[in-house]
Amino acid sequence: MSSDIYKDIILDYYRHPRNFGDLPDPDVRAKDSNPLCGDVIEMQLRIRDGKIDDLRFKGRGCAISQASASMLTELAKGKTLDEMKALGKEDILNMLGIDPGPTRIKCALLGLKVIKLGVYGYLGQTVTEEVKQLV
Amino acid sequence: MDDYYRNSNANIHRGIHKLAEEATLAYEQAREKVSKFIGAKHTEEIVFVRNATEGLNLIALAWGRANINRDDKIVLTIMEHHSNIVPWQMIAKEKGAHVEFIEIDGEGILREDQVREKIDNTTKVVAVTHASNVLGTINAVEQIGRAAHRVGALFVLDAAQSVPHMRVNAKEIDCDFMVFSGHKMLGPTGIGVLYGKKQILENTPPFLGGGEMIREVHTTGATWNDIPYKFEAGTPNAAGAIGLGAAIDYLNKIGMRHIYDHELELTDYALEKMSHVGGTTIYGPKDPTRRVGVIAFNLGDIHAHDLASILDEEGIAIRSGHHCAQPLMEFLNVPATSRASFYIYNTKEEVDVLISALEKARKLFNL
Repeated sequence: MSSDIYKDIILDYYRHPRNFGDLPDPDVRAKDSNPLCGDVIEMQLRIRDGKIDDLRFKGRGCAISQASASMLTELAKGKTLDEMKALGKEDILNMLGIDPGPTRIKCALLGLKVIKLGVYGYLGQTVTEEVKQLV
Repeated sequence: MDDYYRNSNANIHRGIHKLAEEATLAYEQAREKVSKFIGAKHTEEIVFVRNATEGLNLIALAWGRANINRDDKIVLTIMEHHSNIVPWQMIAKEKGAHVEFIEIDGEGILREDQVREKIDNTTKVVAVTHASNVLGTINAVEQIGRAAHRVGALFVLDAAQSVPHMRVNAKEIDCDFMVFSGHKMLGPTGIGVLYGKKQILENTPPFLGGGEMIREVHTTGATWNDIPYKFEAGTPNAAGAIGLGAAIDYLNKIGMRHIYDHELELTDYALEKMSHVGGTTIYGPKDPTRRVGVIAFNLGDIHAHDLASILDEEGIAIRSGHHCAQPLMEFLNVPATSRASFYIYNTKEEVDVLISALEKARKLFNL
């Protein structure tokens, strides 16, 4: 890992998180933490016509986990639930524009795991092993 | 350890052959070294366990199961490591007892008023860390021990953070039980020590059942071996015990006074330097003589894990997170802290590297 990961954009999302807070009347909420470091993310989703109509996140933790979750909320808005299920690690790395390295990758993927937990929960489907193992 | 595995490597207290005899002797010599090192009155007061955590579980689950009753009180402190909280919560739940925590003041020192108030006639156990693994605070354990004994409570000392760093004498402290780990004092992993006063150990039922811990086994039941063997069921970590003995020889050669002074000098130097790094919050006592050599801190709004990553690049290894002390983190109202810690091999030059790495982190985060 290199400290190059702390680019201005990451710090900007860490200090000024977009879509942070609560959604009035969300259709689904999901929350998870990384037991290793204590980072926590909660996502609240409003779903209309099979798409993510609006969403918010809350949480606390390192710059990577919080910035990644916030950037993901912008990426997810308007996407179909199938598109959300298809999002993977590579999409998150592209979105961040950095490679956090093996020890910090889980920080970057916590938001993705939580939003997927929300999508599967909303659909009443069993969460896949792949999702469980993101973090 | 190398010699044990190469030249003895026999199971102890069992074989009749020469190798077994040598192995047993080396293991028991290690026990004597530990006994002298912490000032135990009798060698059989030393029980080898895997680590301090296992020792605390043994006390809570073996002594506790026999002695703790419904509505009894177990007094801990808010600065305990999870290993000195969770076993007590387990036994409290099983018995219908309850756990109370002595809190700290603004400098991370245990509140004397709460020591007086919370340790009362309903208290069965007082279990306290000698030194906080987060704040560094060295607690007034003799005084707490006296308060526990005044009400007839058991006094348990978690010495995992103190035994490696300063002279600790179990008899002078007058604790009933004490635990510590080998890996924190230059010894191997997987070996730890439970000290218990002879009479208390004798009256405590066994923790794990199996070989070594018995005198006789019949289909109808079993009788127990003498202490300390009663608590050492199964083939023990003989190599680990011998390794711990070697670590103690090494520490004795340097001298615990010298180790303490060296760490005090580094801590004093680091506290002074760190206080000049803008945006630093340091937790724990300001007076370095009230601490062991750990400094928990936060730097501005940089999360501890981000700081650990940045410092790692500069070759500095710090611990970051909740330090297995979540109740303390909640009490301090911080999600995590970073922690620099020192031992005999650290130098002032390394503290300087730490300081310049902190300055680099400040720049990266535009603080």
